[in-house]
Amino acid sequence: MPEVTSWGRLRRVPHEVSRPAFLDAARAAASSNGAPLLCFGMGRSYGDVCLNENGRLIVTDMLDRILLFDRERGVLRAEAGLTIDRLLRVAVPQGWFAPVVPGTKFITLGGAVANDVHGKNHESVGTFGSHVLALGLARSSGEVLTLSREENSELFAATVGGLGLTGVILWVELQLKRIASAMVDTETFAIANLDQFFRLAQESGEWPYTVAWVDCLAKGTATGRGFFIRGRHAETGGLSVHGGPRLGVPFNAPGGLLNAYTIGLFNTLYRHRPFVLGVKQVHYDPFCFPLDAVARWNRLYGPRGFFQHQSAVPMARAFETLRRLLELTAAFGEGSFLIVLKLFGDIPSPGILSFPLPGATLALDFPNKGESTRRLLDDMTEVVLSAGGRLYPAKDATMSGEAFRAGYPAWRKVEAQRDPAMMSDFWRRVTAEAA
Amino acid sequence: MTRILILGATSAIAQAYARRRAAQGCTFILAGRREDRLAAIAADLKACGAGAAESFVIDLAAVDGIEEGMGTLHARFGEFDEAVIAYGVLGEQSRAEQDLALTRTLIDTNFTSAAMWTLALLKDRAAATAFTVVGIGSVAGERGRASNFIYGSTKAAFDRVLEGLQQKHDGTSVRIIRVKPGFVDTPMTNGMAKGGPLWATPDRVAADIDRAVARGRRVVYTPWFWWVIVVIIRHLPWFVFRRLKI
Repeated sequence: MPEVTSWGRLRRVPHEVSRPAFLDAARAAASSNGAPLLCFGMGRSYGDVCLNENGRLIVTDMLDRILLFDRERGVLRAEAGLTIDRLLRVAVPQGWFAPVVPGTKFITLGGAVANDVHGKNHESVGTFGSHVLALGLARSSGEVLTLSREENSELFAATVGGLGLTGVILWVELQLKRIASAMVDTETFAIANLDQFFRLAQESGEWPYTVAWVDCLAKGTATGRGFFIRGRHAETGGLSVHGGPRLGVPFNAPGGLLNAYTIGLFNTLYRHRPFVLGVKQVHYDPFCFPLDAVARWNRLYGPRGFFQHQSAVPMARAFETLRRLLELTAAFGEGSFLIVLKLFGDIPSPGILSFPLPGATLALDFPNKGESTRRLLDDMTEVVLSAGGRLYPAKDATMSGEAFRAGYPAWRKVEAQRDPAMMSDFWRRVTAEAA
Repeated sequence: MTRILILGATSAIAQAYARRRAAQGCTFILAGRREDRLAAIAADLKACGAGAAESFVIDLAAVDGIEEGMGTLHARFGEFDEAVIAYGVLGEQSRAEQDLALTRTLIDTNFTSAAMWTLALLKDRAAATAFTVVGIGSVAGERGRASNFIYGSTKAAFDRVLEGLQQKHDGTSVRIIRVKPGFVDTPMTNGMAKGGPLWATPDRVAADIDRAVARGRRVVYTPWFWWVIVVIIRHLPWFVFRRLKI
């Protein structure tokens, strides 16, 4: 059986893989008998939400047709395997943009729905699921349903953020966002600590996009040192689309390449880059998707792969929790060159298992060093849970069933709506002992 | 506005090529068997910028229906500026050697019907109007190899037809372009182990075809390095060739 891995490259997992090229074939795959079933898009989730060991995997990348594009109203309906990459290539020249984009454009619409992804504009527009007008779902019973907030609303709520477990998502209809330009007006500030992050984030209500990059090795009063970046779509600059990746990582880096020294060096250089601060106009591609410039950057972490921790904590305890998490990371000394910090807003998602909650979120990766890394992740999870927070399933590879169920108390509602034929390694892991 | 007829529009290479031409504002007649699949492709091409995209449901491999099909096409859609012959079946060599019905299907689909469609397209054309025929062949047709000679020979035979037409129409407004892709990651090759430097995406192949059509090239190996591989394989002496497991 072919082996499949996720973005974190922690395990290579055997699957029975099919790759339908048309929706009728995807419907047929959904209702055929066999081992447990799961869909797999671009494999950008980090842990095991996209894996299904010894089960069947429907790879959706060939289902990427745009079925309808209303250029007046900005409504786009497409097969679930359409990537944000291709969506933008078609929509941007017409003056439309995806309402929500995560840190990479190489994800599918189906994956965006299943993980209810968020972007740098969460405070002003909510999650991806908030902009889904309708979607088509094939159930293993052979039923093909249209879901929306009005139609089959319970199944819609279970499917948005439902980790692909309610059936095979066939198509997604999306409300796009009007833009006058492909450029983004940005302002970048140096921040010395977490205090300054919170102050700037709260002062930036007029700015739809906000995010901070933080040096994970800074300790003590410097905890939270880094940059704060805010942006809004520009009014001028033309509607040019993005190009392909500029660099690539052709093979696995040796295991120890990313260590405290190289990351410290990277962070220092990154912080002292010339011309980074102040007011600038940049294209949406480097602004929204900085890591897409390097194809397959996940190989930098070497053959053992890497973990990502992304958590959300309620605002009331956000400050102390983030500081505690950053301290744990700095003390561990093997942090990542990508720590992202931002505030979440209070626009509720239609999805039951949606990750964001009103508060703050932190994302950082760690090379896989085995037990010691797992212990650190467990400690961090503990800190997050005790603050009433939760972890992001799309990034997670280690949280316990208890931790998941504490963070997502409504999970049984999704379990009740789950298609009996659908399953993932993640779901098996976090629901096993709760049966 | 260029009007393009695609025979076998649901092929992954044809779809990728049509997307590129759609962005240039071309219009399309999409011929194939499956109405629902053609409709999805037509919708997609319109979203990409195609002036129009219409479906024509027909079993292209049905040898007896070609003349009538051609008549219906002309009656319904008028004249075309370009035709792409993109359909075909790979088949499993070991099965085709045992199952003569399968052998016949491969020959009828990839060669007999494809050659007849090409001739039907060129028949009775006014010599003055520009017309381009793009025939999708395969590097598999460049030498008879134990692993794949039935499929390969159907593509080789089709290539000879196209080559002959090139000579016949040399210096006229009719251009024939012979496309020879190597390993392409499409549903056709889903049974094979994929990955590695020899495999190309349909869009990579489509980009090469697009360029070849724009420049009026006669033969295009895609990606380009297949030209080198083919030259070597074609010139291998027998005492080497017989030992190769290809």
